[in-house]
Amino acid sequence: MKHLLGTRGLPRDAAIALLDIAEDMAAVQEREVKKLPTLRGKTVVNLFFEDSTRTRISFEAAAKRLSADVITFSAKGSSVSKGESLKDTAQTLQAMGADGVVIRHQASGAPQTLATSGWIDAGVVNAGDGTHEHPTQALLDAFTIRRRLHGADSRGRDLDGIRVVIVGDVLHSRVARSNVWLLSTLGAEVELVAPPTLVPVELSAWPARATYDLDAALANAPDVVMMLRIQAERMHAAFFPNTREYSRTWGLDDARFHRLPPSTMVMHPGPMNRGLEIAARAADSAQSTVREQVANGVSVRMAALYLLLSGDRGGLS
Amino acid sequence: MTERFLITGATLPTGEHADILLEGDAIAEIGRITDAAGATVIDADGLIALPGLVDLHTHLREPGFEQSETVLTGTQAAAAGGFTAVFAMANTFPVADTAGVVEQEATLGRTAGYASVQPIGAVTVGLKGEQLAELGAMARSRANVRVFSDDGFCVADPLLMRRALEYVKAFDGVIAQHAQEPRLTEGAQMNEGALSGELGLTGWPAVAEESIIARDVLLAEHVGSRLHVCHVSTAGSVEVIRWAKARGIDVTAEVTPHHLLLTEELVTSYDPRYKVNPPLRRAEDTEALRAGLADGTIDIVATDHAPHPVEAKESEWDAAANGMVGLESALPVVHAAVVETGLLDWADVARVLSSEPARIGRLPGRSEGVAVGAVAELTLYDPSAASVFDVDRLAGRSSNSPYLGRTLPGRVVATFHGGYATVLDGTVRPADEVARLAARRLEAARG
Repeated sequence: MKHLLGTRGLPRDAAIALLDIAEDMAAVQEREVKKLPTLRGKTVVNLFFEDSTRTRISFEAAAKRLSADVITFSAKGSSVSKGESLKDTAQTLQAMGADGVVIRHQASGAPQTLATSGWIDAGVVNAGDGTHEHPTQALLDAFTIRRRLHGADSRGRDLDGIRVVIVGDVLHSRVARSNVWLLSTLGAEVELVAPPTLVPVELSAWPARATYDLDAALANAPDVVMMLRIQAERMHAAFFPNTREYSRTWGLDDARFHRLPPSTMVMHPGPMNRGLEIAARAADSAQSTVREQVANGVSVRMAALYLLLSGDRGGLS
Repeated sequence: MTERFLITGATLPTGEHADILLEGDAIAEIGRITDAAGATVIDADGLIALPGLVDLHTHLREPGFEQSETVLTGTQAAAAGGFTAVFAMANTFPVADTAGVVEQEATLGRTAGYASVQPIGAVTVGLKGEQLAELGAMARSRANVRVFSDDGFCVADPLLMRRALEYVKAFDGVIAQHAQEPRLTEGAQMNEGALSGELGLTGWPAVAEESIIARDVLLAEHVGSRLHVCHVSTAGSVEVIRWAKARGIDVTAEVTPHHLLLTEELVTSYDPRYKVNPPLRRAEDTEALRAGLADGTIDIVATDHAPHPVEAKESEWDAAANGMVGLESALPVVHAAVVETGLLDWADVARVLSSEPARIGRLPGRSEGVAVGAVAELTLYDPSAASVFDVDRLAGRSSNSPYLGRTLPGRVVATFHGGYATVLDGTVRPADEVARLAARRLEAARG
């Protein structure tokens, strides 16, 4: 795999292979010495044009546990905030000998531009671009679902027949997009539930169906309910009347949570708006996978960096 | 001494074959010409002789954005593409909203000598959409402005649009509207549809164009004015304009070459060369635009030539500038999109790329086409040779062409403006030679 830019088009066997490597990485995390020498001497740059403490430290931990040297480059307070272009930043990293670049950018497609422009030779991992993709989030979600279902017997498994309901701001969510592509590739059935203003106008090509009624979707006892974060800026752009109405109609409140079977997983990519899209009781329940998602994130990102930066990079992509 | 050209064996737009003699600034003779002593002979066997092309929608960028284009380099690009007249859009700096700026542009064009430069005046002061610019002063100036446009921005205020439409009736002007409802296109990055949802780019919905066109044709009907619609890009817009014309409303419309050929699928690459406003649309839209051009709903092809420096396009998609250069590639693209597909013949091409844009813009001396006594504005086009469109074909200052590396039919071999050649053997003549010829022509005209 030369780059990991998205889950759209990621072959099923490649996705399962990555998840299996993440299982190996997770096993290492349970040892006393959590560090592997695999990427010793390699340099990984975390290039963050958008604030994201969670994703950044997750990638940082992943790279360090593989013994890579990690450089973190935040746009805030750097030359980028003084108007340096993506091209100049990329060429600076190239000159410093970066082997891998983990990029978070507010513009959809920026990781692809970085990977295909010829500005840099490094392998590129998309850590979230605009409203486009967030592939490692989807991979860690798939990993989490698989582990909850199959435990130690997860290796080699797909998600055939698993029913997933994704709820919230699909229109602006890169997490939703990456999950729709990946989970359906792995065999899951995906249903999107959102106010009509917060789904793309045309979804016929998506391997998912969109509905507006959360209660109806939950009444089918899905295996997974994934709640998406409502961004503050949406609240002032007429996507819905106000947060009270949103929460009442599309939030996972106590009543809805209690109607779910105990086997249904409750997921959230974080950070959560407790009381808005998800009630505290649901978030903190045994059905919630929120903390596992964070832990699994490190394993999945280790697997991605391993595939990109160790040895044969032509193998997967 | 003036240039004298004998063009032998050319194919006229009508399909007939003839020799053409250019003498002074006019077409002196068409037919079988044996007596042309001293003339430079150009063998035009297999070449199509079109009237010099006229572009109603060019961004020349001067004054203000000379790193992208100047009047000189933009008209060199025009000549390379077979154009002998360009209408220069008003979004310069300072904006072309006063008689002074439009006169300066016209003078620069005359001095350069590659093409007639007909300035377009801004509708509103500074293109801000708040207050009418001095439309009358620009109309009465030496630049003789007849087309007014805030292109780049929509005249969104309905009352201001109504007043502009009414006001320019006093001097037979026309408002060329950039139809884009601003609120519906806030932050828009590409056509809104299945693909924008997948790529995570903010959508530019077709309704934002169609609703403004619908409003404007009704306004034009109400006040009895002439309306021109810039760069129509959607199937729905074609329907609205077809309805308006059937109703007798005095509306004309243009389509760009790129909207006739390219579709939104190209955006999948996130390559900013494909970023343009209005955006590339679906294949269904391209089909409807071609059909509209063929049945006369859309009157003309105009390039929306929009040069940008390299750095404006070497970036992530969101940060990149909108626009493509289009003068040099227009004729091959039209050839590929609507001639090779059998929708238009060469007489139609002469109409949509020369006589009609001149008529809409009230540019004199362009109505006769390739005819004896007409001003010698002529383009020789070789339709036979398909080739890879490479950067050598670009003659302007910028290279933001979406066609680089793509195989296109045909090639402009020669361009004549006012009787002298601006392009010969497919090569743009040097600026000093052309400027000298232009100066001589001006002196002759003054007597």
